[in-house]
Amino acid sequence: MKKAAKAKRPATRPLQLRWLAHARSGDKGNTANVGLIALDPEYYPILVREVTTARVARHFKGMVSGVDRFELPNLNALNFLLHDALDGGGTISLKTDAQGKVYSTALLRMEIPVPVALARRLAPK
Amino acid sequence: MSDRVVRIAAGQGFWGDWLEAPVRQVRGGPIDYLMMDYLAEVTMSIMQKQKSRDPRAGYARDFVPLMERILPDVVERGIRVTSNAGGVNPRGCAEAVLEVARKLGLAGKVKVGLVTGDDILGRLDELIAGGHPLADMETGRPLSDIRDRVLSANAYLGMGPIVEALRGGANVVVTGRVTDTGLTLGPIFHEFGWSPQDWDKVAAGTVAGHIIECGAQASGGNLLKGWRSVKGMADPGFPIVEASPDGTFVVTKHPRTGGVVSVASVTEQLVYEMGDPHSYITPDGVADFTSIQLRQAGRDRVRVGGIKGGPKTPMLKVSIAYFYGYKAVGTLVYSWPEAYDKAKAADKILRQRLADLGLEFEQILTEFVGVDATHGRLSGPADPNLAEVQLRIGVRASEKAPVERFTRELAPLVLTGPPSVTGFAGGRPAVEEVVAYWPALIDRREIERYVKVETLTA
Repeated sequence: MKKAAKAKRPATRPLQLRWLAHARSGDKGNTANVGLIALDPEYYPILVREVTTARVARHFKGMVSGVDRFELPNLNALNFLLHDALDGGGTISLKTDAQGKVYSTALLRMEIPVPVALARRLAPK
Repeated sequence: MSDRVVRIAAGQGFWGDWLEAPVRQVRGGPIDYLMMDYLAEVTMSIMQKQKSRDPRAGYARDFVPLMERILPDVVERGIRVTSNAGGVNPRGCAEAVLEVARKLGLAGKVKVGLVTGDDILGRLDELIAGGHPLADMETGRPLSDIRDRVLSANAYLGMGPIVEALRGGANVVVTGRVTDTGLTLGPIFHEFGWSPQDWDKVAAGTVAGHIIECGAQASGGNLLKGWRSVKGMADPGFPIVEASPDGTFVVTKHPRTGGVVSVASVTEQLVYEMGDPHSYITPDGVADFTSIQLRQAGRDRVRVGGIKGGPKTPMLKVSIAYFYGYKAVGTLVYSWPEAYDKAKAADKILRQRLADLGLEFEQILTEFVGVDATHGRLSGPADPNLAEVQLRIGVRASEKAPVERFTRELAPLVLTGPPSVTGFAGGRPAVEEVVAYWPALIDRREIERYVKVETLTA
């Protein structure tokens, strides 16, 4: 296994974002935003590479109409806009989470491929 | 002068925030300004409704008893207060504060700066006729589509009138729809005498305002990273900005308070309600959040610097609230065994009955609390042994009648639907009027010449 980690493309395995990032979300009208912040600056490049707009759109398929992504390397963070995520938003919405407060943790459910050694270090036994 | 810092303390993060916070900010250590933000997007329409019933109402009423508690300390310690508690009746709010000052024997010691001119409800027809469509920023629809249903309309003002009120000697500044960030920018620009065209400084003050505008959400509240290790949240320290003349600042809180001020707590607040981080637009300028540098500079101290900004835009945002329709949300609780299946069966029966009655809704939304209410299908398969599941059904319609009838269809399920159901003690759900938000833009010149600052003395 040590050899695999040293290879050019180390073996990876899927890991939930909750082990790599923390997050906070909010709303603007019918759009929810999720700020995804690396738990350690070391993980930020992995987030940039793996938490792509397309993957996030697939993760939330059927729940949102579109996704935009912005990079904030200064904060080791990515910001995602999830459009039409709130059943009309604000006062119109019938959802429990009408203001998108917990879209943050919904994103942390997503799995991304990370090097096996790192996954082993981060995930619980 | 060069070492001087100006301390701006957050007292309220929204209308309904912890009432003890401003008192503790005033008494817990040195501060120069107490900033209290009351206005969320639809708050103005609630206040407009209250004002239509009582012309003396229409502002954040809690602000007055709160000022009664803190005014003696505010006056004694030379603290100045900036707040948008005025809502749609800033004059009524200002007069209530003056009344309280007299009652406390502080006549002559309290000067209230009153800011008006944000309210354009009475000018809407004139503005539309003058070629300002006030189109919805999200959908592009012109305001004329819903003109007859508009309940309130207010332009977002920036720091300008607050600086003017402070220069006029006010120790309490009461405004209507001034931006959350303007309440912090005003004091900083007044104290340091910065030019309002120094865009990097405007951006720095904007970021400072954004960090503290939601109160304890920057100092340990709602903090996800390491939430178990956040201590003392029964008595959280609300955030304080210590601004320096060079445009940098420190975020901190009073000693011997709960919570935490860390790079993580500040970062979570920075990304809250963020759009494009390159351009955070306010009436005062445009801040680039990708320029912000954070550094832990001691226990519960985060230094913030490096902030870049750009010039203000020719437009101001307008917050319009209009009558949309009606909604109601009701719940029932189903218990083990097969709780989820029972709740699903009840939902199916209820929907069939609504359809059989021929009721028309814009939306019927079912959530199963305990299964999928917050994360939808991402929650994965339900645990077959769930102790209970709450069935939560909401409906929305433009007419009141179908919503009203829906509220009477929930209770019957207790005796005419699946078994082991409870949790109906609250009675029929209430029919709520839906007041919706319509964000628009307007040429700032149409607003700025109407903005007025008065100084009232107790």
